[in-house]
Amino acid sequence: MSGCDSSSANRRVRPATLAWAGKDVRRSRTVWVRLRRDRVALGGLGLFSLLLGVAVLAPLISPYDPNAQDLRSNLQASSRAHLLGTDDLGRDLLSRIIYGSRVSLVAGLAAMAVALCLGVFIGATTGYFHGLYEAVMMRAMDSLLAFPGIILAIALMAALRPSLQNVIIALGVVATPAYARLVRGSVLSVKERDYVEAARAIGAGHGRILAHYIMPNVMAPIIVQATLQTGSAMLAEAGLSFLGLGVQPPTASWGSILNDGRPYLYAAPYAAIFPGLAIMVAVLSLNLLGDGLRDALDPRLSEG
Amino acid sequence: MVIFLVMRVVPGEPAAMILGDKASPEAIARVRKALGLDEPLPVQYVRFGSDLVRGNLGNSFITRTPASEEIRSALPATVELSLAAVLLAVVFGVGAGIISATRRYSIFDRASMVGAVLGISMPSFWIGLLLIALFAVRLRWLPVSGRINVTLPFVPVSRFFLVDSLLTGNAVALADTLRHLALPAITLGTASMALIARMTRSSMLEVIQQDYIVMARAKGLRERMVIMRHALKNALIPVATVVGLQTGSLLGGAVLTETIFAWPGIGKLLVDAVVQRDIPVVQGIVMLTALLFVLINLLVDLLYAYLDPRVRYA
Repeated sequence: MSGCDSSSANRRVRPATLAWAGKDVRRSRTVWVRLRRDRVALGGLGLFSLLLGVAVLAPLISPYDPNAQDLRSNLQASSRAHLLGTDDLGRDLLSRIIYGSRVSLVAGLAAMAVALCLGVFIGATTGYFHGLYEAVMMRAMDSLLAFPGIILAIALMAALRPSLQNVIIALGVVATPAYARLVRGSVLSVKERDYVEAARAIGAGHGRILAHYIMPNVMAPIIVQATLQTGSAMLAEAGLSFLGLGVQPPTASWGSILNDGRPYLYAAPYAAIFPGLAIMVAVLSLNLLGDGLRDALDPRLSEG
Repeated sequence: MVIFLVMRVVPGEPAAMILGDKASPEAIARVRKALGLDEPLPVQYVRFGSDLVRGNLGNSFITRTPASEEIRSALPATVELSLAAVLLAVVFGVGAGIISATRRYSIFDRASMVGAVLGISMPSFWIGLLLIALFAVRLRWLPVSGRINVTLPFVPVSRFFLVDSLLTGNAVALADTLRHLALPAITLGTASMALIARMTRSSMLEVIQQDYIVMARAKGLRERMVIMRHALKNALIPVATVVGLQTGSLLGGAVLTETIFAWPGIGKLLVDAVVQRDIPVVQGIVMLTALLFVLINLLVDLLYAYLDPRVRYA
């Protein structure tokens, strides 16, 4: 009898899921159509893809070894040999910025991934299940939110050793509560809808309901948040590396190159200008894309 | 809860840090014992907690003076800088937002919104370095770092230099303080200014479309009156939230700004303490900023009830 029940439930769940999946595909298509009309957002997407390309192809396109020193030609201005000039140890700035893009982009994207995984998991589970687990988790998130982000990241870096991996962990932890609260709020409102009730009635388990019925409906704000947060994580990484609490020499990130150029503001201002410009372009591209995605995913907001 | 988290997070190996690389293991053990770091974490935590409720943050590992003393003497500099930055951000952010909303799609609107998105995307310390390079190094208009020219005949009373120089009528000191304050305040305030401008604009555009604004115009009120009296009050409600959140995050932003400008506030103190593994000072500052952050957010919530009479706290 029970076997018969579950098989009939399965038969019924499948079409329902398919119908939802179909709706998702349609929706993501309309989002793409809207996004394609938004030239500014497309510009952001293009710019960010370009930077990703630069990071991936770094060994092929950078003219010099980023760590090769040439003390005889240090602090040079832009020239044919060194397009963006050289730093205090005679290292080619362009090559360092190209290689630095790897560190900076990896830090931003990986911190976003850490925060996304932790935050979505915590937010979804605390929104769906009640009780002690929910109370403990949300209080933990609240206490993380009690600190200004960069202060918490600095405190974490003081406890951990400065390294790229630890920067990613610190920035990921700092950004987690934002996702958790966002997802929890959405889950709380979606979970009472009739179609979730219907899924439960036909015997779908908790995992299935969360993954197939609730999460697709909370994806939109998460995507926007992830895009914008990658940008702020890159800013934070640059800040930590600038303070010497991020990646350690000789590895270059945009923040640490900026810090290296700082004492030579008078003699070689470009050593501080170009890495900052790189940070700005990267973060700008993500902000433009994030704004565009928000408008595309929620057309009500763009009417104003 | 918060304190416990900080406590668990911060300990590293400070004894080795204080003595340097060449210290013998015995010397490190001796210093650890002297600082009470050889005891198990729960014991350290209980002692820390009981000291804390008596207002004792412990002595700085480096200077041996009470950490609370060090923090207290650095705090006014940060407060002065943050307030200046908030003031700049609110005045120019709200101003630009209003003009952008009322002249939508004008050149001013487009320029200021491009400027705003750039302002959000720029690292604050980079803005600071560019400002130094231009105004302090090239043009020599403004000082590179510090709060005041130390050679001036000026005895600070409260460590709030602006207040002190105003109260004592010391115009020279006031001008010098303002000159020192200008670049750091711009550096710290730019991102907030950009966010506030964007928020004001979108909130204003939403309010302007509502019926009561149409009504006010239909009554024949002058446009200036409609915008400033009727629209602005409602448009500012979401802006107040952003201002509050930004004021809190300025405490964090101050870390980078103060480092660049050698501004003797708690941000610079924090970075120095982290580098030297001066745990009591790090703990004290992290707790203090968390406390201020929460207090500011509470104030914003209360301000909400004032701005929006529909919000009532039972």
